Amino acid sequence: METKHAILVGVGGQGAILTAKVLVAGLMEAGYDVKMSEVHGMSQRGGSVSTQVHWGKKVYSPVIGEGAADLLVAFEKMEAVRYSKFLKPDGIAVINDYAMPSSTTAAGLCAYPEGCVEAMKKNFKCYTLNAADIALRLGSAKCMNIVLFGAMIKALGMEDIDWEDVIRRTVPEKFLELNLQAYHAGRDAAK
Amino acid sequence: MMKQYLMSGNEAIARGAYEADVKLCSAYPGTPSTEIFETLPKYKDDLYCEWAPNEKVAAEVAYGGAVAGVRSLCAMKHVGLNVAADPIFTAAYNGIGRGFVVVSADDPSMHSSQNEQDNRFYAQHARIAMVEPSDSQECKDFMKEAYQISERFDMPVLFRTTTRVSHSKSLVVLGEREEAQPFDYHRDAKNISAPARAYQNHPKLEKNLKALEEYGCTCPINHVEMNGTKIGVITASIAYEYAKDVFPADTSFLKLGLTYPLPMKLIREFAEKVDQLYVIEELEGFMEQQIKAAGIPCTGKEKVSRLYELNPQRLQEEVFGKKPETKDVGVTAVSRPPALCPGCPHRGFFYTMSKGKNFVISGDIGCYTLGSAAPLSAVDTCVCMGGGFSVGMGMAKAFEITGQCEKKVFGVVGDSTFFHSGMTGAAEIIYNKGHMVPVVLDNHITGMTGHQDNPGTGFTLQGEIAAAIKIEDVLKAYGYEKILIVDPQDLTAMQKTVDEAEVSTVPTAIICRRPCLLIKRMKHDIGLCEVDSSKCIGCKKCLKVGCPAVMMENGKSRIDSTQCVGCTVCAQVCPKGAITRKESK
Repeated sequence: METKHAILVGVGGQGAILTAKVLVAGLMEAGYDVKMSEVHGMSQRGGSVSTQVHWGKKVYSPVIGEGAADLLVAFEKMEAVRYSKFLKPDGIAVINDYAMPSSTTAAGLCAYPEGCVEAMKKNFKCYTLNAADIALRLGSAKCMNIVLFGAMIKALGMEDIDWEDVIRRTVPEKFLELNLQAYHAGRDAAK
Repeated sequence: MMKQYLMSGNEAIARGAYEADVKLCSAYPGTPSTEIFETLPKYKDDLYCEWAPNEKVAAEVAYGGAVAGVRSLCAMKHVGLNVAADPIFTAAYNGIGRGFVVVSADDPSMHSSQNEQDNRFYAQHARIAMVEPSDSQECKDFMKEAYQISERFDMPVLFRTTTRVSHSKSLVVLGEREEAQPFDYHRDAKNISAPARAYQNHPKLEKNLKALEEYGCTCPINHVEMNGTKIGVITASIAYEYAKDVFPADTSFLKLGLTYPLPMKLIREFAEKVDQLYVIEELEGFMEQQIKAAGIPCTGKEKVSRLYELNPQRLQEEVFGKKPETKDVGVTAVSRPPALCPGCPHRGFFYTMSKGKNFVISGDIGCYTLGSAAPLSAVDTCVCMGGGFSVGMGMAKAFEITGQCEKKVFGVVGDSTFFHSGMTGAAEIIYNKGHMVPVVLDNHITGMTGHQDNPGTGFTLQGEIAAAIKIEDVLKAYGYEKILIVDPQDLTAMQKTVDEAEVSTVPTAIICRRPCLLIKRMKHDIGLCEVDSSKCIGCKKCLKVGCPAVMMENGKSRIDSTQCVGCTVCAQVCPKGAITRKESK
């Protein structure tokens, strides 16, 4: 198979890295060669962050440039726009319809852009959901990343992997029930 | 199938050190190298590891360990090698006892660095071996090879990674731990680099390098992949992975793991087998320059820019002129720059400094570099670790020489930076009568690199209790007559301290002391601030503190409860008392 490329983007602290780790754990068990790359450093302090996951028979580069991603998972809608250039023209986007102001918009130095989700929908096949709302309804904002994980699996369609089992083995026991609910809620909500 | 583990390059380097029976490890943290030493305590039953005050000390400790008979390791970010260069250059002349490996993690694209220098030139300059892995498996395996090279050819080995190699995760099959041969230390004049001895040591080093070049032509970490005779690519490090993705399937590769000295005989043989030869490397044309100088025609930097981090799509475009197809969605994302965290103790200091009309602030490397960002905008310079004090001294002297007496210089370093190289600057200011105020922003931790201990925190890397050196005691011993210690979160006290230091006629220093809120082992007083909209007049004074949790909504201030920690800096600047703190969150 050709190597597949997913890019998970959001704001530091949203849990994109854990989501990528669950994905990687499943891919490893399915026998794929996997590489994962994330940016550390100053970007952690409320900045925009990205994590990439690549899988296939043999993966070389741990990173891709523009126009190469099969899947973009955005934990925040303006970040979807920021990284949209990374998608192949026929790539798929999973978008959390949720806005986090940046320090520049909060301070009134510039305006948060309108129509992020609509612009993405006009150009790409998109799955959207408000994962923040869903997570709060389930009882904890912290499971937002697994809600998005569910939506991502729906978009990927990798049904041959037992993802519930993967979640069972990658999240702490204490939060297992919540995360399983989050996973299913995300799969159901993504449209 | 062998069990595979997902590991970052840095975790794999630590594992490789363990498998190579490394016994002594010393480093100063720096992105992207830090996680090597954060992983090492896992193996502390079999090795000793520590945070040193700076990279030069780390390299000296590791060199001493190698001379005295144990395999030793030091690690640093690329600019750290500038600090550590002195002992490494001469260690090359002296030779070693047991293996001595220096990890340099470069940062192309400057994800979290002040420049993107290409440290491969250090190997050529210091005349030492260089090993470059391209994925996590190689990070682990090449460590073992690096120690063998170091011992066989009696020299330090530069183990060079990049952010992408250090931070990417890929699958690793673990190996067995090999025990290094025991070594009885005896005094040996070769270790004393007095001029006459150095004179004798230099030709010995050149001879060892010659033998190493020969070894490079057959060594296991340099290999040829013949797939065709049309195009040949010579490459190493992460660029190999990119080139494998981009060049056609019938391209042949000479993949180098030992990249200094270059195995010129092997390169020449490879070049003769292909019609067209490319040298694909990130940043400078390090290999290309040497290959061209040897009279072998090749294409490299004519096509591939020396700027920034490479990736397969960039390489595709630059080598083959094929631009990636992308869509423009027609909406532009606004920037999301990093900022001081909500509750950051540095905020009160920089807010106070931002109000001083004639203040010149000589900054340094760390979280507090973010004091330069709007709306605080309270930093004039930032160049390197420790520069906060000494660059400030130069500026103060220049103002003195040119009669710009109204300008008042404050030099800023953090606690970890103070021990790293701020102490020498503090001595300079006293010794040469500097008219400036050194300020230590003591948040009890090395913050920006992700919370490592330092000589002031009271803990070691291996988790033991240690002597905590008091910054005020050091400054007092240097001769600072007035040492003002202040909680920077108390804006009234902070202002009073700055005012007092500004007019002081005796040597004066400031220590802003409050721990970083992210330190896990401390209990923090977390609260929540709220805006009373009926009192808020929308004057936006609260936005001037530059806190990510404070924003304007419909003309009134609003505080994001998920981000706010109740530090009250915004409340203290509100002229109407509209912001108050709830005791607990």
